[in-house]
Amino acid sequence: MQRIGVFVCWCGSNIAATVDVKAVAEALKSEPGVVYSADYQYMCSQAGQDLIKEAVKEHNLTGIVVCSCSPRMHEATFRKTAAAAGLNPYMVEIANIREQCSWVHKDIPSGTEKAIILGKAAVAKVNLNTPLTPGESPVTKRALVIGGGIAGIQTALDIADAGFPVDIVEKNPTIGGKMAQLDKTFPTLDCAACILTPKMVDVAQNDKIRIFSYSEVSEIKGFVGNFDVTIRKKARYVKEDVCTGCGLCVEKCPQKKIPNEFNLGMDNRSAIYIPFAQAVPKVATIDAEACTMLKKGKCGLCSKVCTAGAIDYKQQDELISEKYGAIVVATGFNPISMEKFDEYAYSQSKDVITSLEFERLTNAAGPTAGKLLRPSDLKHPHTIVFVQCVGSRCASCAEKGKEYCSKICCMYTAKHAMLTRDKYPDTDVYVFYIDVRTPGKNFDEFYRRAVEEYGVHYIKGMVGKVTPEGDKLKVRASDLLNNKQLNIDADLVVLAAAIEPDKSARPLATMLTASMDTNDFFTEAHPKLRPVESPTAGVFLSGACQGPKDIPETVSQAGAAASKVIGLLAKDKLTGNPCVASSDELMCNGCSSCERVCPYGAISYIDKEFRMPDRTVAIRRVASVNPAVCQGCGACTVACPSGAMDLRGFASGQIMAEVDAICK
Amino acid sequence: MQKITRDQLIEKAASLLGNGTVSCVLGWEKGEFDYDVTPALFETESELREKFVFGDFCGANLSKYLVSKTRKCEGRILVFLKPCDTYSFNQLLTEHRFDREKAYVVGIPCEGMADIERVKELCGDGISSVTADGDELVVTTLYDDEPVRVKAESVLAERCVNCKSKKHVAYDELIGEDGEVLSSARFDEVARLEAMTPDERFAFWQNELSKCIRCNACRNVCPACTCERCVFDNPSSGVENKAAANSFEEKMFHIIRAFHVAGRCTDCGECSRVCPQNIPLHLLNRKFIKDIDDFYGEYQAGAEVGSRAPLVNYTFDDLEPGEVFERGGQDA
Repeated sequence: MQRIGVFVCWCGSNIAATVDVKAVAEALKSEPGVVYSADYQYMCSQAGQDLIKEAVKEHNLTGIVVCSCSPRMHEATFRKTAAAAGLNPYMVEIANIREQCSWVHKDIPSGTEKAIILGKAAVAKVNLNTPLTPGESPVTKRALVIGGGIAGIQTALDIADAGFPVDIVEKNPTIGGKMAQLDKTFPTLDCAACILTPKMVDVAQNDKIRIFSYSEVSEIKGFVGNFDVTIRKKARYVKEDVCTGCGLCVEKCPQKKIPNEFNLGMDNRSAIYIPFAQAVPKVATIDAEACTMLKKGKCGLCSKVCTAGAIDYKQQDELISEKYGAIVVATGFNPISMEKFDEYAYSQSKDVITSLEFERLTNAAGPTAGKLLRPSDLKHPHTIVFVQCVGSRCASCAEKGKEYCSKICCMYTAKHAMLTRDKYPDTDVYVFYIDVRTPGKNFDEFYRRAVEEYGVHYIKGMVGKVTPEGDKLKVRASDLLNNKQLNIDADLVVLAAAIEPDKSARPLATMLTASMDTNDFFTEAHPKLRPVESPTAGVFLSGACQGPKDIPETVSQAGAAASKVIGLLAKDKLTGNPCVASSDELMCNGCSSCERVCPYGAISYIDKEFRMPDRTVAIRRVASVNPAVCQGCGACTVACPSGAMDLRGFASGQIMAEVDAICK
Repeated sequence: MQKITRDQLIEKAASLLGNGTVSCVLGWEKGEFDYDVTPALFETESELREKFVFGDFCGANLSKYLVSKTRKCEGRILVFLKPCDTYSFNQLLTEHRFDREKAYVVGIPCEGMADIERVKELCGDGISSVTADGDELVVTTLYDDEPVRVKAESVLAERCVNCKSKKHVAYDELIGEDGEVLSSARFDEVARLEAMTPDERFAFWQNELSKCIRCNACRNVCPACTCERCVFDNPSSGVENKAAANSFEEKMFHIIRAFHVAGRCTDCGECSRVCPQNIPLHLLNRKFIKDIDDFYGEYQAGAEVGSRAPLVNYTFDDLEPGEVFERGGQDA
């Protein structure tokens, strides 16, 4: 029989305001196995923990129930307390009477009643707890960074700087990401290329960093410290180690009418291409869907002009397997599609563009060599209308937009407006906004400058409709502050499109078993206290894959993710989770159900000899769990038809006891 | 009414026994009456000639017996399997319940098996003998001087009226010709239950399941129920002690069992055949099969060895749980 101590926490007024903590402690005193019960203001404080330790010694406790906040918050704390008092840490159970009780109830009687029931369930479970001992597993001292934008680059550089090898997997032919497409960066207006390309070169030259460009992660197995990753290096039909990036093939390629992704389709590239001059690796790539040689077997011009002999039309996708100790997700963002926003005539007029397209139009390496010319007739626009929050903060238009604020648009629109007025003072610039949100160091000053020094017309209100008429765009909008309708004849309309996570994130999250929110942003382990870690151990988050972010924020998060990775890789061994599955061989049928549902590949089968009831011996196939690989998800225990598979620390019997205690 | 005869099967079995291909034969023998035929293991030709039977009451699916018999019997076992039995055979192989090499499957055609309950409906109780004569059954009862003749077709078991396949999906050799997978109306009755209101449906099942006497025949005959130790016989399962609680049979035993065989049930219909209380237990399993077909695409357990049942498989195209819930909600 267990000797259980119950410790009810007030959590200041967090719990005590809606739960009568003394009544809870009193009620649980009479539960089976309970020999001691107490309440205290802050159980997690030093004094609270001391109270637990003393009670363990004084009352000879064998198990502990702490009625407090979520186990995600302080389970580890109280396990340490138990260990310090000489108890097995797995003899501790948490009854969550804060998040699941006091915070969701308004009145004391119902809150108290529920807290007592939750406490009873935890007591019922502890009665069946057994001491558990974690195993150890080694750590592979190599990190994988998925995504080669500024987030991935910074994370990789910081990890490499600490002396650990890092691989970057980038799906495009070059690293650099969205930042490489930008012109100037707010709030200091230094040019994006000037601060990004040296970092790209640093990555290329760092002997600790390998870049797998034009590659994708195709399979992830294993667990923290021991991930087995398969990377698919897509055939680029150019030998990466031979190509010098001279660009002769690009010049000679006869197939030149392919929309250029780097310039968002505003100009064309050839079938063999280098995305931009500062690409890393600076290696040509053949677009298999556009290349005449690959499609029809005729041409071969690039191969003829290549002096290095780097062209290889027979190249195949290559699968690379590598082990990693930690994985950083840095898959970034994309502007959402504007196709559905008919009111802004994005599909009808070439002169309605997104902000990222505007960025390319003002970039010296862009389709207009940095001159601001409108796409339809290459004339200088004299009236430009910027529309903010297109698809952002759009609760009512969920089918085309996003509910959240995309965060970066206010600042880049101010930047665009300011730069336009600076370069072309003869241009009228209007910005339509719902709110201007510019928190951040020197951000609001930047926006004020756009309004006050550069004379940008900021108008609170939304654009209702854009209609192309002749060579003008008729913009109908409302001015909410002056309460009047505006009609503006614009030459160019720029839409601040909402941003969304890259499409590759969702399948990646499935492979990683990392959780995502409804918008496909990766969720962090704790929104405040563990913002760069995924709840999946060994998986870290960097940049906009976790939520909309500007460059300064991305870089600081990238560094934070790197420091977490370094902390992990610096360890030689990791303590495992003892709450793993195990199979009762006497009951196991060897039916393979558990193996099929195991997402970690932790289950295998062995043939074993058994004495059968009538003095016969039979060789039976039974399941065996590799505890180092098992993550304790419990899928196998549910799939097992005979109930042979059970989870230590979360045994079916324990769960049933909890349910029984709640339903009693 | 069956196209093949007892003698044909005995000849086949005797020759395979004689040349040493197999060391025993899994077949059927007569019970107390003509119609309560039971599975039996034969080790010699003389045993076969004396006791082996084959006819319209040989509905018993012999696949499951291979699990225990292959452990006991040295050498290979000859097993006669009707088309629907071969699905169970494959499913058992998928679950590694016995060694394929230890079984020698002789596939036999089936014209549908008779249901004694339907014979009783037509001829009354007190049946003393039933013999086949062409496409008719000749039934004598204790109360009639003259035997009654009924069309074999009119007393077919429900599972045979709605036969899902005349094709053998596993065999080492075939007697007669193989048939085709059929399209049947086997889900019509499930659809009728789905159309009921939840209260009506609850009343229907309460009425049916309250007849249960917990004889365990359904579980013992079910080819999907081959656990080394059934949860209902296991004191530590947390289910066993609840079995004694009030109304457990009505609400829980059969539903837990249906969940345990979900995705593995081949719809062989043995559960309903052996139920002494005539509870239509197969309808619970068919509901699962219908839902799995609806949600994840058509899937027939046992159609091939090693196939991954939708419930223990994951693909990117799988329905989101929310969608399943919504559809379930609409049906309910």
